[in-house]
Amino acid sequence: MSEQEPQTHRELSVRARRTALVCVGVVAGMLGLAFASVPLYRLFCQVTGFAGTPVAGVKSDGSVSDRRIAVRFDANVSPSIPWRIVPETPVVTVRLGETHTVFYELTNRSDKPVTGVATYNVQPDQVGQYFVKLDCFCFEEQTLGPGETIIAPVVFFIDADLDNERDLKGLDSITLSYTMFPVKDGKPLSSSASINDSAGRKRL
Amino acid sequence: MASTVTAHDAHEHAHPTGWRRWVLSTNHKDIGTLYLIFALSAGLVGGALSILMRIELQSPGLQLFSNGQLFNVVVTGHGLIMVFFVVMPALIGGFGNWFIPIMIGAPDMAFPRLNNISFWLLVAAFSLLVISMFVPGAPGSLGFGGGWTAYPPLSVSGHPGPSFDFGILALHIAGASSILGAINFITTILNMRAPGMTLHKMPLFAWGMLVTAFLLLISLPVLAGAITMLLTDRNFGTTFFDPAGGGDPVLYQHLFWFFGHPEVYIMILPAFGVISHIVSTFSRKPIFGYLGMAYAMVAIGVVGFIVWAHHMYTVGLSLDTQRYFVFATMVIAVPTGIKVFSWIATMWGGSIRFTAPMVWAIGFIFLFTVGGVTGVVLANAGIDRELHNTYYVIAHFHYVLSLGAVFGIFAAWYYWFPKMFGYVIPDWIGRLHFWMAFIGANVLFFPMHFLGLAGMPRHYVDYPDAFAGWHFVASLGSYIFALSLGVFFYGLWVAYARKERAADNPWGEGATTLEWTLSSPPPFHQFETLPRISGGGH
Repeated sequence: MSEQEPQTHRELSVRARRTALVCVGVVAGMLGLAFASVPLYRLFCQVTGFAGTPVAGVKSDGSVSDRRIAVRFDANVSPSIPWRIVPETPVVTVRLGETHTVFYELTNRSDKPVTGVATYNVQPDQVGQYFVKLDCFCFEEQTLGPGETIIAPVVFFIDADLDNERDLKGLDSITLSYTMFPVKDGKPLSSSASINDSAGRKRL
Repeated sequence: MASTVTAHDAHEHAHPTGWRRWVLSTNHKDIGTLYLIFALSAGLVGGALSILMRIELQSPGLQLFSNGQLFNVVVTGHGLIMVFFVVMPALIGGFGNWFIPIMIGAPDMAFPRLNNISFWLLVAAFSLLVISMFVPGAPGSLGFGGGWTAYPPLSVSGHPGPSFDFGILALHIAGASSILGAINFITTILNMRAPGMTLHKMPLFAWGMLVTAFLLLISLPVLAGAITMLLTDRNFGTTFFDPAGGGDPVLYQHLFWFFGHPEVYIMILPAFGVISHIVSTFSRKPIFGYLGMAYAMVAIGVVGFIVWAHHMYTVGLSLDTQRYFVFATMVIAVPTGIKVFSWIATMWGGSIRFTAPMVWAIGFIFLFTVGGVTGVVLANAGIDRELHNTYYVIAHFHYVLSLGAVFGIFAAWYYWFPKMFGYVIPDWIGRLHFWMAFIGANVLFFPMHFLGLAGMPRHYVDYPDAFAGWHFVASLGSYIFALSLGVFFYGLWVAYARKERAADNPWGEGATTLEWTLSSPPPFHQFETLPRISGGGH
């Protein structure tokens, strides 16, 4: 800072304006980062399996271990979609690295076509990065006609590297959970799916 | 007045009177006074809400409130008012505006009109928040009851009424006010220090405010973004935090606490600065380890940005993530310890006078340390599993904020009152106020540790009989604390009734910062000739 001579009023106002502009830039940058966090967080979850996000993979690298783990299947529907979703079996026991296929039965119980999409995660959360799905009905939206039932596959394997994870040494079961929701984001919605929720407000 | 102006810019030396002086004020001291009056008024509202809570919780069963939702509306109002409309306006807007320009030898803030906007935006924000308590929120009831953290989905699908929309807009405007204020402080401190006042000679209160302003600048936009997403999730069909559309409610918690954790340092760092000056003044010694004190605040500010998830141990973070946040959180105890030990070292061997500001400052150090220690306990992810959302957490953050920041505000009040308003509050009134507040606050908050350890959860209007004893004691403490405010107002009344003039420097040779070189109260415009700072300073 100008320690020898007091600065003139003009110099000061130029410097002050510059400082203030930098501050405004910081504010704008942080605001942008807050919104950028939404896609970044999703990407982060997909890449690292954070918060139990299973990895969508292509194929197994072939290594199979002798360790066996029970995989339990859980399925839920949001109150705002008139569907039923049931796994063909509640639990399978798999070896690490072994590819498995399990079928789910999805039924539209209403008399109108409805489009839904499933969110999914695995518990415990830390398993997310080792739970690889090769194919899943949950990757895409499903449209079911009135009363229609489909059988949809989930193809998955558990990465054999799970065996090296210190925190998961004692793990003997994993739960894969689906929740079915009606499609949002301006996509065509069945009128029967647009019902009042418990709070009394109309929800899309 | 205008005719007496000499060589300086004539137009800036008008001395407006009447309502123009206050409503259109561009004078940092007048705006500081406005902020203090505002914070005091909002504090009475927020305090009254807390007394309602303590009356309700004094015994099991429902006393005042017909249901838990209404109770939570009061809890939420208390939290938001105390954070955004009491502690921040008092320490930053009030004492910051009053003393930052004077302490660094500047005639005023860098952007005086912006300063005026900051204040009046805050009044508008407060009005919106008060309105939000009286419009429909959750089905069938008024107001927003989702806590000051406003987690979705409770804040989105749980409160379909417009109440929380008012709350969001209140926070937006309060945030804009604080950001403008922060820009003003940064620009003032970086560009307008008197000749010779290098950053390393700057008073510690100015250091605290500089770090605080940077924290505001970086953290508040993130809150603004997060609550904007809540607003669009609520009203425009987006699904940032709604799993039905691919969103994640936990993302909101990350964004909120990225703001929320620095926010707690925003509330305490200016108080750190004030306490340093008071301890130094009344020990008649320069502050011990000046540079360490300044950079400890910088370190607290920096580390404060990378510990946010210790508020979220129970959301399902991986063990390694939890390990990192436990470690990073505990690191904060190091710079905080530097500050506490330096205050003690400043007092050590000093000629201490136990005046009103000094007892408040010592009370601050003691209570803040208690709150800091329980903070280290809560930093452990394993223990936090047990204590998360219990009264132990309530006790912890009230020890650092209600007893830390608020005691800092009262210490600053008794320290600077004679300088700001030119009258003397008799010292015994300040000390009586302190002892009542100190006893009341401890009786109020210390039993909450026991309640929390026994499992009493937050945000509950009722509880099993087993908790009745300590809840009763805590309520008694809150009434003692409320009574102490009567002493506070009595002191204010005595000062203005007696009109005993304060000396320019009532505290003697220990008070070395620039405000004590001016008259009491200071002239409407000070430092028309900039002071020159020479020598070692601290």
